[in-house]
Amino acid sequence: MAEIRVQHLRKAFGDFVAVQDSNFVVEDGEFFVMLGPSGCGKTTTLRMIAGLELPTGGQILLGGEDVTMLRARERDIAFVFQLFALYPHMNVRKNIGFPLLAQGMPSTEIRSRVEETARLLRIDHLLNKSVSGLAGGDRQRVALGRAIVRRPKCFLMDEPLGTLDTEFRDLMVHELRELHNRIHATTVYVTHDQMEAMSMADKIAVMNHGVIEQFGTPREIYDRPATMFVADFIGSPPMNFLGFGGGLAKGAKEIVVQGAKVAVPEVREDVAPSDMALGIRPEHIRFDDASKLRGAIYGTEYLGTTQIVAVETADGIIKARVPAEIRLNAGDHVGLALNSARLSLFDKGSGRAVRTAVHDTASQGRAQHG
Amino acid sequence: MADVHIKNVTKSFGEHVAVNGLDLHIADGEFVVLLGPTGAGKTTTLRLIAGLERPDSGTIEIGGHNATTLSPAERDTAFVFQQYSLYPHLSVYDNLAFPLRSPARKIPEDQIRRRVEEVAKMVRIHHKLANRSTKLSGGEMQRVAIGRALVRKPAIYLMDEPLSSLDAKLRADLRLELKRIQSELGATMLYVTHDQIEAMTMADRIGILADGVLVQIGSPRTIYSEPANLHVAARLGQPAINLLPTGLLPDAGAPAGTKTIGARTEHLAIEKASNGHADGVVDWVEHLGDQNHLHVTVGPKKLVTLTDPDTDLAQGDKVMIRYRSPLYFGADGQRLM
Repeated sequence: MAEIRVQHLRKAFGDFVAVQDSNFVVEDGEFFVMLGPSGCGKTTTLRMIAGLELPTGGQILLGGEDVTMLRARERDIAFVFQLFALYPHMNVRKNIGFPLLAQGMPSTEIRSRVEETARLLRIDHLLNKSVSGLAGGDRQRVALGRAIVRRPKCFLMDEPLGTLDTEFRDLMVHELRELHNRIHATTVYVTHDQMEAMSMADKIAVMNHGVIEQFGTPREIYDRPATMFVADFIGSPPMNFLGFGGGLAKGAKEIVVQGAKVAVPEVREDVAPSDMALGIRPEHIRFDDASKLRGAIYGTEYLGTTQIVAVETADGIIKARVPAEIRLNAGDHVGLALNSARLSLFDKGSGRAVRTAVHDTASQGRAQHG
Repeated sequence: MADVHIKNVTKSFGEHVAVNGLDLHIADGEFVVLLGPTGAGKTTTLRLIAGLERPDSGTIEIGGHNATTLSPAERDTAFVFQQYSLYPHLSVYDNLAFPLRSPARKIPEDQIRRRVEEVAKMVRIHHKLANRSTKLSGGEMQRVAIGRALVRKPAIYLMDEPLSSLDAKLRADLRLELKRIQSELGATMLYVTHDQIEAMTMADRIGILADGVLVQIGSPRTIYSEPANLHVAARLGQPAINLLPTGLLPDAGAPAGTKTIGARTEHLAIEKASNGHADGVVDWVEHLGDQNHLHVTVGPKKLVTLTDPDTDLAQGDKVMIRYRSPLYFGADGQRLM
């Protein structure tokens, strides 16, 4: 297994710059997710790491070795497309062993490697079964086995779960992460689905228009988004924004939004007067009649344990996530109380986050997996 | 708009029974979502109502009239497919106008214009009416496809996972929009999906479909809090409901015959063990941002519940766990009251 180091990576297709000056390090054994909307440059970056696309500029180092101009097959990586297709006429053993057979590995070695892989995936009891008789989860495990049996330096995955039913997707997300915890293979995973990223990643790079907007742990990215784009891309529903005017002075602990005073984390830098935005995650809003910040219920989305409530305010709709037992009707007027310690502030013009006390917190890594 | 009444409909393809004895009444103006995995019979049900398939047995009534043997054109339904199928050589405007320009309808052009503009506003595509349909993003194309169904006022709208090809954000936006449009129009809608969030957030009633059989139908709250059996319980809720054997935790309240106890977040009280007695150990607090999952090991089983983002529980903590009116299931998988 190996570390992946990307330095000043750039790719242009004619006039179109797909990737601009990307820099990041995926540490040995890390699960790294590149997240962004379609066209943001994440797949192009992945294809350059794989050697399927040559960079216009910059360097890619795989385990310390410069592989920038090496061909794909000289890089010892495994590119996993969709974790879906199995050879229906082969049994589990043959499906998993196929990549090794194609490499020309001796059959006794294939046998032991396939058995080891199957044990890792806990499907060793199914080795001689036909794949067509398998349950969905087991089919996915076989597909995964076929990808990992080669034991490459790293895995590259391009939206491997894209076409699956949501239910299987949730299952596979956990399966993939658990497998990663067992084999610790350096993995680069591309997706536009923030839930997949949040569930699996050790580190996430959020990309937009060829630029990495933020690189960090899932918690950093969620709790301290560096830009409004990141704040809006992560979270379901995403972060709400309420506009406010005027500048900010270092040490300020309060702002005025729609005529209501709102306590915010202590501001750590001076900001010249401009259009600003207060960022609020849906789960940091409570209903409180005493609050001066008010709105009317626009609609509710019942989710079982919780519900998402859309509230129309003077500055557009904001969404709150509250317990499902609170009964609300469209048109009801409500006061909104915000969890001050968790608020973000942004400069609307540049989209950059303003430094506040929230950024004092030492960066917390991902909690250890069980 | 009209009601649709499906009575004891069965449809097989060779040996495979796709829809098995389906009874379903969709009231005028109602939004019904059929939820089930691939192969459950969802799309076949839509195709039967549209007249694209003939049932082997049973009847389908639309607006009180027997439509079982009518051709698709005679049924007055509007179908939105999973993959948007627009006319690539036409503008957005002409794509939207197309269903109204059928020679059989003879609708004057100014009336068509009014309707197209109205619908274009509804699906938020009015700023792109003059664009070629191929010059749109995926989300815009799907909004045009939905709009093309909405320009007509058919007896029923049939929607086959219309949002599944869109990214998560757009899906969330369109969910709220589609529900708003449906209630504004008072439209009768049958919508099929494998996405439980779509079902929970949009439906007046959810029908749970499995292997061609309608297992349960009811309001989202009913289906979620009073599932008829283990299958339905397991289909809804994120994280999925915990299904635990009796005897694992104190369950004195369980009715006779209970085999499995179903416990969602709201059915469990979990706190740090204080007096030395512990039921389980915290495995891991999974921070997913808007949701935080608490993973707890209880004997041979694992539990997952939602937890407060600022929970003071941490990996390795011993915890006490008690049920709070959970769901009880018998040996046959049916829920016991």
